Amino acid sequence: MIDVIVFAISALIIIGGAIGVIALPNPVHAALSLIATFFGVAVLFVQQEAHFLALVQVVVYAGAIVVLFLFVIMLLGVDRAQELGVEPLAGQRAAGVAVGAVLLALVVGGLFLSGDPDRGGAVALTGQSGQVVPTVEGEQDVIQLARDLFTRHLLTFEATGILLTVATVGAVVLVRARGAEDLILDEPGTAQH
Amino acid sequence: MEVTETWYLLLSALLFALGATGLLIRRNPLVMFMCVELMLNAVNISFVAFSNALDDLSGQTAVFFVLVVAAAEVVVGLSLTVAVLRRRPEATADDIASLRG
Repeated sequence: MIDVIVFAISALIIIGGAIGVIALPNPVHAALSLIATFFGVAVLFVQQEAHFLALVQVVVYAGAIVVLFLFVIMLLGVDRAQELGVEPLAGQRAAGVAVGAVLLALVVGGLFLSGDPDRGGAVALTGQSGQVVPTVEGEQDVIQLARDLFTRHLLTFEATGILLTVATVGAVVLVRARGAEDLILDEPGTAQH
Repeated sequence: MEVTETWYLLLSALLFALGATGLLIRRNPLVMFMCVELMLNAVNISFVAFSNALDDLSGQTAVFFVLVVAAAEVVVGLSLTVAVLRRRPEATADDIASLRG
């Protein structure tokens, strides 16, 4: 029973935060709603015994990524509310909501219509419950995750190191101001075509 | 009543659809990035739900890599956004069409 209550509360937080992100006009408020969603997801991870991932979720997502978003928003001073009433492309908003609804219907339909209808969920979608790396009962998830990462996925792990280095260098190259004249803001609309 | 993986998958589907909707209707590039993060988180919920339901650790490993790639993606994406917005502070996603030759 306590499981259901925890799930219901975190689901409410997640969905509320997500609606906040897509509906709040001010980007700062959207970023703060995003934190709510990330914390809700972290609670769900704890509930499913993925403790290490819950920790990383809070530290990396709710910590680093949202702070990065807020930094960029504040740094650029784009924290003005977006005029949500303006719709430059007629019907874009209705079409976007329709596409989202169709996507939801497709995924939920796939969830309930495929595979063995009596069993539902994961087994219905995958058709089988073949295990690649069985979890070990009673062992901490971080130990199991580390063993899997540094044996089966060692090359991938090294590749992510290269990816992060490339991303860091790329960010420095993209954002670096090349000279004083680069810092002068162009008037909007006067960019050369 | 018991929380089964179907509940998690339904929540994940809803979150993914919300993220996709936001990506389509918002025009501020920063908020569009946040919507991409929502979609990534929805997928992470699915991965962990499957991992828990099937007693298989691969799902959690996948989430770990999704986290790393999401961090790299945010860094590059935000620096691109900074590079565009520094020149044109009012730019929306539509204005990036001026990049065409």
